[in-house]
Amino acid sequence: MDTSGLQIRVAHLYPDVMNIYGDRGNVIALRYRCRARGIECAVVEITIGDPFVPAEFDLLLVGGGQDREQRRIADDLVEKGPAIRDAVESDMPVLAVCGGFQLFGHRYVDHQGGIIPGIGIFDLETHHPGPRADRSIGDVVLETDFGEIVGFENHGGRTYLGPGAVPFGTVVRGFGNNASDGSEGARYRNAIGTYLHGSVLPKNPALADALIHLALRHRYGREIELPPLDDATESRAHSSASAVAARRSRETPARS
Amino acid sequence: MRYPPTVDIRLAAAVVAGRSAARASRLLRRGGGTALPGLVAERVDPAVVRKLALRFGRGAVTVTGTNGKTTASRALASILEASNVPFLHNREGSNLMRGIGSTLLLDRGIRAPHHDRLLLLEVDEATMPAATAAVAPRALAFTNLFRDQLDRYGEVDTVAAMWREALAAAPRDATLILNADDPSVAELALDWAGPVHWFGLDDEAFATTSAGAFDARWCRRCGSTFTYERRYFAHAGIWACPGCGRTRPAPDTAGTNVRLALDSASFDVPGIGELTMPLSGTYNVYNALAAIGLARVLGLPSEAIRQGVAAVAPAFGRQEAVRVDGRDVRLLLTKNPAGANEVLRLLATVAREAPDGNVNVAVLLNDRFADGQDVSWTWDVDYELLAGHVGRCWAGGDRGPDMALRLKYAGWPESSATVADPAALLDAILRDTPSGARIFVIPTYTAMLDFRAELVRRGAAGAFWERE
Repeated sequence: MDTSGLQIRVAHLYPDVMNIYGDRGNVIALRYRCRARGIECAVVEITIGDPFVPAEFDLLLVGGGQDREQRRIADDLVEKGPAIRDAVESDMPVLAVCGGFQLFGHRYVDHQGGIIPGIGIFDLETHHPGPRADRSIGDVVLETDFGEIVGFENHGGRTYLGPGAVPFGTVVRGFGNNASDGSEGARYRNAIGTYLHGSVLPKNPALADALIHLALRHRYGREIELPPLDDATESRAHSSASAVAARRSRETPARS
Repeated sequence: MRYPPTVDIRLAAAVVAGRSAARASRLLRRGGGTALPGLVAERVDPAVVRKLALRFGRGAVTVTGTNGKTTASRALASILEASNVPFLHNREGSNLMRGIGSTLLLDRGIRAPHHDRLLLLEVDEATMPAATAAVAPRALAFTNLFRDQLDRYGEVDTVAAMWREALAAAPRDATLILNADDPSVAELALDWAGPVHWFGLDDEAFATTSAGAFDARWCRRCGSTFTYERRYFAHAGIWACPGCGRTRPAPDTAGTNVRLALDSASFDVPGIGELTMPLSGTYNVYNALAAIGLARVLGLPSEAIRQGVAAVAPAFGRQEAVRVDGRDVRLLLTKNPAGANEVLRLLATVAREAPDGNVNVAVLLNDRFADGQDVSWTWDVDYELLAGHVGRCWAGGDRGPDMALRLKYAGWPESSATVADPAALLDAILRDTPSGARIFVIPTYTAMLDFRAELVRRGAAGAFWERE
């Protein structure tokens, strides 16, 4: 199917604040994979104080940040919360990564018991177990509805899903939401939350294309099939990351 | 009396044990062994570093920061040599506590009186609290604070907190040498009542507009996001806080009129005059300014500063050139997004001046502990800066496939080869380029070690590499 001349409008939330782990890579991947198909990918950066008008967008991205960065955006995010909920209920696709994922849950409780309120898109909450607890850091391999997903996680918080959330994937390698129940991330309608930061879309082209496909459906109200691309380089990067994860998890069998 | 003013049996035993461990390690050819003597001596006397450091009559100075601590401390060493000031300097790879201990233990002058010597220490960011408490520096230089190897140290804030902890342990009359242009470094002055010597760039023509690897920084006092009149290098520039009105301090040591060439950089420092050094890149100008600020705090003469800066040797694996089968191969080590962007900016300048408008580039990405196991940082690097100016390119290292993908999405031509093995990579480079070609190799730290080992194996690099 010819997709040239089509357009998706991407809202990138807090790119100047929530960007610590190469989250720009997701935007680069979306732009590349749209351009290769003649689709215009218009990205608008929305930061603290800017309005978010759901009708103007087809895809919403938010990245990760440190604790202090999450505190910095928290009030503004709560203000945007109702608009973001409207967007999600209208089946706008969302990718919320790491710190952004946590604040799309009900709340984040830091190691001193301080609460950062979230916007409750996902039925989950996150607790930081304290400064002496190990961070969940390392390579990740997941089984998901989008196939095998590879990436890297680095988070102190442990996330627990409520009955209203389904996980994004099942952990094959790595820690996932809380290093104990084997779940990773969350999904609600077309919103996806995950701890896999930075380069999750480039190395997982099926996930990138799924978001583009959903964004086009949101924009034009019909199914638009994406022409396939030559993904040999993407596949090699994916396999290489998967092999690294397998090798490293053998090196550290103590992981629970 | 060997250990004036009073004999410290425990220290003497620690020194003997440490030095024996070093000898045994050399005999057993365990290689390197830089940490072992310090480790052994510390077991015998936990205060060994503090006691030995106290014996340096001119005191101790420290140099730390995410980027440039090796180059800045080498520049100061070069200035000290030109000033005829005797000193002991730890080498790269020995900047953790045990490495510092080993440097002190293996010092040939250990039994001689130390009253006229200076101790110059390059210190790992996370080692600053322990090192400061142990050696009580009279001057502490901080070059910059970038996101680097986040999976190793946690987050940028963690490093800033460790530095504040170091300041709490520093002598109150010590002088801080701070980068005025890096707001995260400049904020250290908020916790410091003692003297501060500022260094920075004053060069309007030299501003950058690069968007990548630019983490927003905000005021620790009032929380406002800093605004910039101009930026020179990532988040370093002429900043101001719109909330509490703090502004970037006026530098005591200012670099102006910066001119970068491939192998050298020139700049002026009011009060000293024109300086030229055999290293390029904005970051190295900052490194030199840190060393010059430190030298001025130590009261070293301007002529020695000029000579010392002119004589600074490239650090291990950074901006070194070697001939391989008639090709000119240049290594440009990158360890994080900010450093990588500077290298790409330099190569874009080189490409503009090249006859065909192109450069040949091999990018080598490893993900071992010393490189950072998370390769996400490559997405914060502006490889796009070179799109349209790359002739041949190769992706290498353990994570070569990740690098090939990053370069593809940056608009580079398809990689001629994606190979992990350094020997195969070098073969591919020689196969794909004619004699006389110039190739830039951009490796991460351990990829640099591997590639360099291959060059040594082929006799293309040897003693030339590490000028002692």
